[in-house]
Amino acid sequence: MNVRLYVWQRATAAVMAPLVVVHIAVIFYATRHGMSAADILSRTRGSIAWAAFYGVFVLAVSIHASIGVRNILSEWTPLNERRVDACAVFLGLVLAVLGLRAVAAVVLP
Amino acid sequence: MIGRAVKHRDSALWVAAMVHRISGLALAIFLPLHFLALGLAIESEARLESFLRWSDQPLVKAAEIGLVFLFTVHLLGGLRILVIENFDWRDGQKQLATLAAALSALVAFAFLVRVF
Repeated sequence: MNVRLYVWQRATAAVMAPLVVVHIAVIFYATRHGMSAADILSRTRGSIAWAAFYGVFVLAVSIHASIGVRNILSEWTPLNERRVDACAVFLGLVLAVLGLRAVAAVVLP
Repeated sequence: MIGRAVKHRDSALWVAAMVHRISGLALAIFLPLHFLALGLAIESEARLESFLRWSDQPLVKAAEIGLVFLFTVHLLGGLRILVIENFDWRDGQKQLATLAAALSALVAFAFLVRVF
């Protein structure tokens, strides 16, 4: 892993740490206060705060996970660096697109 | 020779690093499915509701408990790394790693109590 990727991975980890704590709290709250689609969407639809929170979360996790998986592929598989990079970029894009789509699905009115 | 080469694997910190890596990989595999499930709300509220009722099955709940554990252990393992790399070295890293696993198990257990 080069210095640039190292810094990105640690920076996204630092950004996500408080977000993960809040997300775990939300998971616990949701299991107690209703896990129906109506309950979830009534809390999230139209909320700029949740859109911003999960939008940042999705972008950070897309970068963080793709760099992490890149490291694993680089160390544990015989793939050359070019293919490893291609897999990492592909994963990052898939996570970002699906993640932002999921955020839009639950916050757009 | 091989014994010496893998001796470090007896260390609690090597296990902590491996747990961090495996939990991260598992979460990376799970995430697209999680996003696809939430994305069902784009089609309709009923589609999301139908998925949520499917997820009420005990086996799915058990998998969710495992995910909560992996999520928490990855968070705490990551915090340990950030602290090691950005602050002065402190002794007791093995105890910290063990504490991270124990806390994660507690959080997962608390989740288990809630969902069953």
